[in-house]
Amino acid sequence: MVSRFTPVALGGAALLLAAVTACAPADEDETTTTPSAAATATCDPASLKTLTAGKLTVGTDTPAYEPWFADNKPDNGKGFESAVAYQVAQRLGYQQSDVVWAQVGFNNAIAPGPKAFDIDVNQFSITDERKKAVDFSSPYYLVRQTVITTKGSKIAGAKSLAELKDAKLGAQVGTTSYQAITDVIKPAGQPQVFNNNDDAKKALENGTVDGIVVDLPTAFYITAAELENGVIVGQVAQVGVPEQFGIVLDKGSPLTGCVSKAVDQLRQDGTLAVLEKTWLADTAGAPELQ
Amino acid sequence: MTYQPSTRQQERIAYRRGRAVRSVLLAAASTAVVGVGLAVGITGAPGWERVKESFFDLDTAQKYLPQILEGLWLNLKLLVVCATLALALGLLVAVLRTLRGPVFFPVRALATGYTYSFRGLPLIIVLYLFAFGIPGLRLKGTPDVLVLGAAAIIVTYGAYLAEVFRAGIESVHPSQIAAARSLGLSYRQAMRHVVLPQAVRRVAPPLLNDTVALQKDVGLISLAGPIDAIRAAQIGVAQDADFTPYIVAGVLFVLLALPLIAVTDWVTLRAARRQNAGT
Repeated sequence: MVSRFTPVALGGAALLLAAVTACAPADEDETTTTPSAAATATCDPASLKTLTAGKLTVGTDTPAYEPWFADNKPDNGKGFESAVAYQVAQRLGYQQSDVVWAQVGFNNAIAPGPKAFDIDVNQFSITDERKKAVDFSSPYYLVRQTVITTKGSKIAGAKSLAELKDAKLGAQVGTTSYQAITDVIKPAGQPQVFNNNDDAKKALENGTVDGIVVDLPTAFYITAAELENGVIVGQVAQVGVPEQFGIVLDKGSPLTGCVSKAVDQLRQDGTLAVLEKTWLADTAGAPELQ
Repeated sequence: MTYQPSTRQQERIAYRRGRAVRSVLLAAASTAVVGVGLAVGITGAPGWERVKESFFDLDTAQKYLPQILEGLWLNLKLLVVCATLALALGLLVAVLRTLRGPVFFPVRALATGYTYSFRGLPLIIVLYLFAFGIPGLRLKGTPDVLVLGAAAIIVTYGAYLAEVFRAGIESVHPSQIAAARSLGLSYRQAMRHVVLPQAVRRVAPPLLNDTVALQKDVGLISLAGPIDAIRAAQIGVAQDADFTPYIVAGVLFVLLALPLIAVTDWVTLRAARRQNAGT
């Protein structure tokens, strides 16, 4: 499944094309198809202009949170984003030992100015505002909606959507999470709608709802840090316009095209889906509810 | 012999009729000018087309009307329950606050403390305390959030209505009670048959006014989870990025308020006519 990318073109033309890709309209980042310009560019350690020649410096914040990383050690290759970073590096032709990790604060990564990294993975959602300051690769993760509850709730052990039919579910008003209830889960009762996730969380703690729907990153945070007995029931199928996570690069970085291409390949050959399943569904305990 | 107005009187009548016709014409003309001015000013604004699209889109209105009506039904049910219970609570507290005699000091103090604090507390905070705080106690048999939210609204509005009732009770002249007592009625009987009927009649307009306000405030219960008309509209707005559902909900609320407002006006008018009878 993971095969090394073989360069298809050589020399100066590659540099030129890489530059063209970097200057391409920002919309290009939103598509998951491979830009034609990058397809013929050379993306290998010899021609890529990284901070340290022959090495790929990957930035992320510290502490690096689970399940995106594991044990606060980005270089162990465990956790979804660490795994994605190593896969991208491999596609670009770097050995595992060529990947150097740098501690870069979340806000520093998207601040204008010189960067201490070649690429940065830190659950950055792709937005137009951020695109003004930095480059984004193609999205490596589309955020999914997740049902969470508390231990002992009647849906705590639910394994399928059918088991959520009689549950009283809540979500924040005007969110994709609410759409997930009405369009995917379709419980028998009317969903409860809250002004914000804090109110929804309180209702969950109080037991006035059986479960609430939030996006997966929020689900990890709420169940780990905010709810005393929080448990993730599972993820539901993609709905609405999902938030997208992209790899951050310096504005106009010569690497953007190559990194995007590597991410696109990972998506197309199913590697991203496997990583998602391994690190987000299985390891972190957020199974997909059918 | 039939009444034959004098020439002078006929002149007067004709003059008055002329003035009346003139004022009707003037009112019509000024209304037309203002109306045309508003229409030209709004539809001629550079952003009118865009506003029309995002606030007055018929398709969107139709799409979300069923959900909004469903929400409005919740508002209506809540209004009936909350208005009835808040009026009862208000009347009770007002009567307690007007009790005389040193024995009743604690009752008076409690009633006064209640009206002071719940008129000051914002309804939203009371709602949060009731709908999120009480279930948090995890007591057996805690009622549904809908019931708790309704209780918050009743307690808050009861405080306002109590003060309106009290104003009515105190507006009845003390001589009325004195007369009733001298006729052998007990304090309770005097209150029931002499004071309260007059008091309630006098404060009927402000009471109805508060009920109209309550009609809009019952929707605040949506912060606890239930979907009322405005919440249903908000969901529509978020889904379609179109503000038309809000307009739909607004129009429905006005329609809902119209009968109540009409009754309020009629009651006020009737009271004024009776008070000025014979003058």
